[in-house]
Amino acid sequence: MIMRTRDIARFAWHALEGARTRSLLMVLATSIGVAAVVVLTSLGEGARRYVRQEFESLGTNLIIILPGRAETMGGSAALASGRTARDLTIDDAMALQRLRGVEQVTPLNLMEGEVSARGRRRDVPIAGSSSELQHLWGLSMASGRFLPPQDPRNATPICVLGSKVGRELFGGDSPLGQYVRLSDRRFRVIGVLAPKGELAGLNMDDMVIIPVASGQVLFNLSSLLRIAVRTRSREDVAAVKDGIKRLITERHGEEDVTVVTEDALSSAFDKILTALTFALGGIASISMVVAGILIMNVMLIAVAQRTGEIGLLKALGASPRQIRVLFFAEAALLSTVGAIAGSTIGQAGSFVVRRLYPAIPAYAPVWAVTGALMLAIVTGIVFSVLPARRAAALDPAQALAQR
Amino acid sequence: MITLKNVSRTFLLGEESVHALRDVNLHIERGEYISIMGPSGSGKSTMLNILGLLDRPTTGTYELDGLDVTALTDEEQSQIRREKIGFVFQFFHLVPRMTAAENVELPLVLSGAHPDERREKVTRLLDEFGMSKRARHRPDQLSGGERQRVAIARAMIMDPAAILADEPTGNLDQTTGQEVLHLLEELNSRGMTLVLITHDAALGSRARRHICTLDGRVEA
Repeated sequence: MIMRTRDIARFAWHALEGARTRSLLMVLATSIGVAAVVVLTSLGEGARRYVRQEFESLGTNLIIILPGRAETMGGSAALASGRTARDLTIDDAMALQRLRGVEQVTPLNLMEGEVSARGRRRDVPIAGSSSELQHLWGLSMASGRFLPPQDPRNATPICVLGSKVGRELFGGDSPLGQYVRLSDRRFRVIGVLAPKGELAGLNMDDMVIIPVASGQVLFNLSSLLRIAVRTRSREDVAAVKDGIKRLITERHGEEDVTVVTEDALSSAFDKILTALTFALGGIASISMVVAGILIMNVMLIAVAQRTGEIGLLKALGASPRQIRVLFFAEAALLSTVGAIAGSTIGQAGSFVVRRLYPAIPAYAPVWAVTGALMLAIVTGIVFSVLPARRAAALDPAQALAQR
Repeated sequence: MITLKNVSRTFLLGEESVHALRDVNLHIERGEYISIMGPSGSGKSTMLNILGLLDRPTTGTYELDGLDVTALTDEEQSQIRREKIGFVFQFFHLVPRMTAAENVELPLVLSGAHPDERREKVTRLLDEFGMSKRARHRPDQLSGGERQRVAIARAMIMDPAAILADEPTGNLDQTTGQEVLHLLEELNSRGMTLVLITHDAALGSRARRHICTLDGRVEA
């Protein structure tokens, strides 16, 4: 009663070959669905890995303190109570330095300003910080040295240039010991950074770095954008975080800062982007269901067109079950070919994405690829149930009466 | 070998029931050459369908080779059909995308026979029917007579108990029709039971026994 598997496959293959355009269309529909899942999830996964990398490059035993109190429900307590949060100051940063478990405190301000030398002008981002920034951002020097350790309250007129800024202002000459003008003040160049590229959305090669107090003087600020605290070890993070909150509350009269750990931040992003990847995969899967419905439609037409053939197979002794198996095999073959073609196209698509955006590791997650393949094959087979049953239920005498 | 006992077949056409066959009794011996004649609508198609297990009688029993086949399930009937009955149709019913050899092979494929055995049988049969040179041709590359030869070869491939030929010459010209009929008669002369269904009295009269269907009744 059982046909040989090879014969079933061959029969199905020849039947599909006999209706080439129709078969190709169905393969195309399925492959688009699978390819969409693969490409979209690879984008989502790429974004997730990219963000994770960015956070990890900032260090895992890092705590960031931002002014103002972020609430989970949006807005801030200060806004709600009608008071503005107090600024973070250099004094706050210095006080933090004395906390137990703290290894390094890095105050940071970011500003936009004009740098000029030898009659050339550039608008650049200016970072006001301290010697610790070198370690925090993992900067290495092309020449000279980074900001020296010193009392952060000293507004020394020295600066470190990004590689591109140095080249553009001084051409081939060494900028070391030269003076640049920031707004109306002269700063001596003590170092040039090695090319680094983007870090946390900032292009390091465009950057000018000056002592935090100099920045405050230059831009007439008393506040800090944020303070980064590095703990001695990862285990200290929780204790130091509590310590920071207590200290700030003591100094400001209330807890008017947001204390963020790298862990919390990156896992929040991780969750969001994983959800996004799932959502993208889910949306793309809908196209596979559409493909499944198309397969059903086309198979129903095939059954109608091949009524005579089905009647003949029955007359030759094919059982209803065999007829069902033959139509199943056709659908399975179609959707398998479509699924494999689709995942190949999808992988090629994510390869192109990786070539276009090398920063984003756009690799489709394994669960998405296997899921898409399975779903494509399962929908193909599920949606062929109705056509296959209809074929098997054909009355052979009537089917044969047709020419 | 074939025994129909009090077989009736009733179709429901709307509210009305149509008696396609009324209380038919028929016995066919092994190796017989029998023709079933009658105008269209007389019940001969229904007769063919019931003999070929494509349809079930409403009442009565059908014994084939001593087995009451009316009691069998669809799956079991399929097996009987495959092993014991060979069909030859007016419109050949070859699968257009398959070669002559593949068409002949089809019943063996459905039965799950080994490829070596299949090849050997197909080659032998096509050779016997003078179709060896046409083995790799598709139906649309064959003449009507050749197509019917392929169809007869397909009917013979399982070495059935009987061949049911439904107007086998109905779609062929006079000469080719004669050739095909000779081929069927030759098979019969070698012991194959042959049931010829036709509306053509001249054709039907060549059989050794004729029965006529009229208004659902069978007259010897």
